[in-house]
Amino acid sequence: MEKKVVFRSAWLPYALVAPQIAITLVFFFWPAAQALWYSFQLQDAFGLKTQFVGLQNFAALLRDSNYLQSFKVTAMFSALVAFSGIGISLLLAAMADRVLRGALVYRTLLIWPYAVASAVAGVLWLFLFAPSIGIVTYVLKRGGIHWDWLLQGDQAMLLVVIAATWKQISYNFLFFLAGLQSIPRSLIEAAAIDGAGPGRRFWTIVFPLLSPTTFFLLVVNIVYAFFDTFGVIDATTQGGPAGATQILVYKVYYDGVKAADLGGSSAQSVILMAIVIALTVVQFRYVERRVQY
Amino acid sequence: MVENRPWLTFLSHAVLIAGVIVVAFPLYVTFVASTHTLDDILSVPMPLLPGDRLWENYAQVLTAGTTKGVTSPVGRMMLNSLVMAVVIALGKIAISIIASFAIVYFRFRLRMFFFWMIFVTLMLPVEVRIIPTFKVVADLHMINSYVGLTVPLIASATATFLFRQFFLTVPDELAEAARVDGAGPMRFFRDVLLPLAGTSIAALFVIQFIYGWNQYLWPLLITTEESMYTSVIGIKRMIATGDALTEWNLVMATAMLALLPPALVVLLMQKWFVKGLVETEK
Repeated sequence: MEKKVVFRSAWLPYALVAPQIAITLVFFFWPAAQALWYSFQLQDAFGLKTQFVGLQNFAALLRDSNYLQSFKVTAMFSALVAFSGIGISLLLAAMADRVLRGALVYRTLLIWPYAVASAVAGVLWLFLFAPSIGIVTYVLKRGGIHWDWLLQGDQAMLLVVIAATWKQISYNFLFFLAGLQSIPRSLIEAAAIDGAGPGRRFWTIVFPLLSPTTFFLLVVNIVYAFFDTFGVIDATTQGGPAGATQILVYKVYYDGVKAADLGGSSAQSVILMAIVIALTVVQFRYVERRVQY
Repeated sequence: MVENRPWLTFLSHAVLIAGVIVVAFPLYVTFVASTHTLDDILSVPMPLLPGDRLWENYAQVLTAGTTKGVTSPVGRMMLNSLVMAVVIALGKIAISIIASFAIVYFRFRLRMFFFWMIFVTLMLPVEVRIIPTFKVVADLHMINSYVGLTVPLIASATATFLFRQFFLTVPDELAEAARVDGAGPMRFFRDVLLPLAGTSIAALFVIQFIYGWNQYLWPLLITTEESMYTSVIGIKRMIATGDALTEWNLVMATAMLALLPPALVVLLMQKWFVKGLVETEK
């Protein structure tokens, strides 16, 4: 799409794009190029000397069992967050779509967690599940479940999944509700006249028609779990216990900032960039085309 | 509704109410915890009804922070968060709207190159270029400053796309008429496009305000002085290792203060929020 009517000026358009381009150059491209550069370098323990080592940092990463575990943890984490978030939101949105009266009230009551910072969401759930004083911990203990995520990796994972999902439900809910409301009533009515019950109608008509939304949300939720949950992890488990919740983004931060391993952290950054690029391509190529029904 | 099934309607309401309660439960407990003394909260199980320390706890954190750990007033941190949210939101809107105006309404060399350059920033979130970006900002002496907190985050591919899409839907006749009447491009931009873009700007502002207020990794890296903490960073720094050492009542009061402004923005500007969310993502 192009405009037929355009203005003419030798300098004005450059002046207009200049601020945006300047910021992207200084704070996006330059650091990204540096990350790429560092990823081929090895720095000595004092940060005095660096030498070019080619792909050694990458090779070391792929041999590092901690890094491979972090990959597994991230895959597990994002799958759990995406599927539980999408499942719960779809259920709530389908119910809200049924009740004509009050749908807006429910929407209002369900969307506010979107506004909560991920680190604050982490703190809220951390407090509920705190090993010695948490109210949920207390209830679990009464039910015979020993809860201590400081020691048990599975429970730590569950904690961060709950906090991350809780924050994302509102977003998924809004998109599902919009998707449900755009399905023509006539289709549903026709099925009802043919004798299909609510459950059958949902699985044979509504759910397939929603599939573009579902697929779009799947990609968005995976991106969210990969990159936007740093705050949740840092405020709660900080990757522990023993790396059980150390997702890739957290490991980049930990190795680079806390452990000051510039080469290794940069190599991880480069790998992450490749993942973001792949996800963005999927989102724009595939999702855009399928969303139009 | 297609047919009348009272039990199904009842079930729908039941599921929704259960959902609302589960979603709101952490917020409720946080509020309750912020109205008690620390001793009350440390006694297991903690009370589930609000206490009488609401005023004392909030006044304490707003003016003086916690008694151990972070001893800076949270009032100042909220001001920092506000500055960050507003500058980022307005900055993103300002530089994106002029950039997309140039890209849509002018033909110039490197036009598509610039457009793709902005697009590619989508693939470079802060999280993947942490250390080098930090170094750039440190070299520019922007650590512990509002400039450092905001400027690196105000480039926006999504906002640029949104405005580009919007400008493409504006009828060509308007630009034609403006040109015939002798109006220059900036006059046209100011008097015709800006008013038309009003709702898009409002929607984008809501989304970006929340984005700016909730930033975490970036302020964590570049604020080392308590006076430059944002409220979200303040909370994180207040939590000591070990449940008993943390002043949970004050932490929870701070959490309430940190989440209320963006939550209110979402609830009060719900229409624009929903519009902004749907438009920026598609």
